[in-house]
Amino acid sequence: MEVTRTQLLPGVHLTAVHTNKFKSCVLGLQFLLPLEEEKASLNALVPSVLRRGTQEHPDMESLSAALDRLYGGSLEPMVRKKGETQCVGFVGSFLDDAYTLEGEPLLEGAAALLGELVLRPYRENGGFLPEYVEGERCNLIDRIRAQVNEKRQYAQMRVVEEMCAGEPFGVDKLGSEASAASITGCALWERYRAILAKAPVELYYCGSAGEDRVRSAMSTALAELPRSGERGIPVRPVKHPAPSAPRVVEENLDVTQGKLAMGLRTDCDAWDEDYPALALANAIYGGTTTSKLFMNVRERLSLCYYASSGLMKYKDIMLVSSGVEFGKVEQAKEEIMAQLAACQAGKFSDEELEWARRSVVSTLMTTLDSQGRLEDYWLGQAAAGLDEPPEELARRVERVTREQAAAAAQKLKLDTIYFLKGKE
Amino acid sequence: MERRAYPRVGESVTHAQLGNGLHIYVDPKPGFQKSYAFFATNYGGMDMKFRLDGQWKDTPAGVAHFLEHKMFDTEDGNALQILAANGASPNAFTSSAMTGYYFESTEKFYENLEVLLSFVSVPYFTQESVDKEQGIIGQEIRMVEDDPDNQVFYALMESLFDHHPIRVPIAGTQESISHITADTLYDCYKAFYTPSNMVLTVAGDVEVERVFEIAERILPKQPGGHIQRDYGGVETGRAAAPEKELRMEVSTPIFQLGFKVDPAPEGEQRLYLQLLGELACESLLGSSSPLYARLYKEGLINKNFGYGVEHYPGCALLVAGGESRDPAAVRGAVLEEAERIAGEGVDERLFDRLKKGSYGTKVRSLNSFENLCIELAQGHFAGYEYLTFPQVFEKIERRHVEDYIRRTVTPERCALAVVAPKEGA
Repeated sequence: MEVTRTQLLPGVHLTAVHTNKFKSCVLGLQFLLPLEEEKASLNALVPSVLRRGTQEHPDMESLSAALDRLYGGSLEPMVRKKGETQCVGFVGSFLDDAYTLEGEPLLEGAAALLGELVLRPYRENGGFLPEYVEGERCNLIDRIRAQVNEKRQYAQMRVVEEMCAGEPFGVDKLGSEASAASITGCALWERYRAILAKAPVELYYCGSAGEDRVRSAMSTALAELPRSGERGIPVRPVKHPAPSAPRVVEENLDVTQGKLAMGLRTDCDAWDEDYPALALANAIYGGTTTSKLFMNVRERLSLCYYASSGLMKYKDIMLVSSGVEFGKVEQAKEEIMAQLAACQAGKFSDEELEWARRSVVSTLMTTLDSQGRLEDYWLGQAAAGLDEPPEELARRVERVTREQAAAAAQKLKLDTIYFLKGKE
Repeated sequence: MERRAYPRVGESVTHAQLGNGLHIYVDPKPGFQKSYAFFATNYGGMDMKFRLDGQWKDTPAGVAHFLEHKMFDTEDGNALQILAANGASPNAFTSSAMTGYYFESTEKFYENLEVLLSFVSVPYFTQESVDKEQGIIGQEIRMVEDDPDNQVFYALMESLFDHHPIRVPIAGTQESISHITADTLYDCYKAFYTPSNMVLTVAGDVEVERVFEIAERILPKQPGGHIQRDYGGVETGRAAAPEKELRMEVSTPIFQLGFKVDPAPEGEQRLYLQLLGELACESLLGSSSPLYARLYKEGLINKNFGYGVEHYPGCALLVAGGESRDPAAVRGAVLEEAERIAGEGVDERLFDRLKKGSYGTKVRSLNSFENLCIELAQGHFAGYEYLTFPQVFEKIERRHVEDYIRRTVTPERCALAVVAPKEGA
């Protein structure tokens, strides 16, 4: 597996992973945009509207037909948040050329379709087709409203919103319902043109084709992309300290199980030298099924069905999440904090340390086996301006000492507690 | 030991049957970091009534799932922790017809395989640990009860089927699991966790001989007998109830539209009917069908719309669902489209490209070791070779799909389950 990174044009980069391991090839194109409250919904809407039709394939039926002819390939609109960068675009997966029935190549056709989606939208009167804008605007509003359906994720989203109010990170990747509702076709078209002209572009490929062929397929597909000197570089999020006393937020919804989400400041992110130590501290604390949270809050005290912690790699935040009975929430909170104190005091056995290390290393190494996870990994790195591959980060995790892990834990500070409870 | 190559999909699988009756399938995958092992028993949530030692047993809902949780307990602790400590990611699931235990690891694969095979073949429950598990599973059940996707699925099962145990939640209810004791677990273990009722599938950069050697050494020598199961007799071809609606805290109505399909026999016919059903789905309402485009355009479905065909012993269904502001309109449109296809047939060019598309998608799905291992295991239990799907696929003709839709997608076989937002919400 060989990874190459090339600048195709100023602000337009291609990350290509060359490998014969997979049966498919993955293609991606993302625009990198600063997360901003007033633009997040507009940005999020762009790929969905583009996906409705192009000049050559004016509706979804003809696009689907084109994809079927490419052996059931997919090209899905994507909206992701990597730190304080909103990444919008497409990720596609196609059958690798080795498995087509008559050996016909698919890369060039797939890249061309990707380029067409991004650059040649179906137009009416110099803008998007109003019907497409309206339909996708409604879908976006529905998606934002539907966030409440998944209670575990909803609680995590809410704690971030509360904790990072006023920071770009507090903006959801889909924006707010109100801003989505106010989108007009004109505003969306202008936003699309601005993105085309100014946003950094990240291209991605993973599959069996060689460097030259990939570069040529992508360059041809993007020949109409405006040349621009304005495609800047995303910025690193500013770190924020936790308040002296944690904020507490409670919300009532009709649920039978309570959802507890706690946001902690880590004072450390992917750019920091000690990020591997934090990754290890997180795994000891709540990142695995041998972690302190799992072993104590769930297994020893049966307080909940799940209790885990996770890091936002490109932002100084850790989230602890647990599903608990309403009556046991105080007990659960206490235990969660007690286990944090234990990590900070270095009270973890050599075994716990090694278990955690194996888990972090294994997660990183298996990234190399999954085209989807690889694409997501490299997008995160590209948006951060970092170039460390998963196996190198794994090597750094191997070298972290117990003192460094404890030191990373000591920097953790509780910022906000969010509890979702039932209606009386 | 027999090695079989499937050049069209770039796989090769070595198969062997041990003296104790266990079948093993190994798909070597050089160049990958991880290896994956899947050890499953042909026993799931719906196997509640069965005959053991000449005696019929009626067990409470949720035993298979409860057992899955408790199998991880060993005399020295918890196998989950041992595997996790070795850097493996272990887990398990219980479906309606199968319980599977698996891990994925990048190092110490053979050690981990020994652990997996040992804990699944040595039961260790105490009444105390069973009581404790009731607390954990009770929380899991509550979580599931808050999950609209799950609720709408069971609402559909209750509407489609009259008595088949697919209607019963796999995890059971708070009430049903309160009747589970250590003895219930031992009984069910004895009946279903025998080598001849299980299968081991492995994918990864592994040595085939070592996998067989470890299985031979660790697993019990006795095969176990034939298990007779009772699913309550044949279901009719009619949906038990046309519709069911629940109210929950959701933003948009969530729905599942189902059609009762005649159960398939075991063997290659099952694979054929599965692929035929999938292609019928694609032709009728798949993402590149004319109906899908129309429903999407009218805002009646969104990107969350999904569909598929599921076959279980004694029952089968074609299902489509997602979010919609008007699920009844979706039902109406699907029935209407089925009637149109029944009369006019499926467009030939559409059919050809759908077939090409479905083929590519199926080959691509082999990228996932998990998917590959589960498909191999499922195929084994149902008596077919999954990786022969390209050949079976070729046998499907347009008129077969048209017949299938004509027969299956009818008002009598149809049920609609909806989880609607609460009034005033």
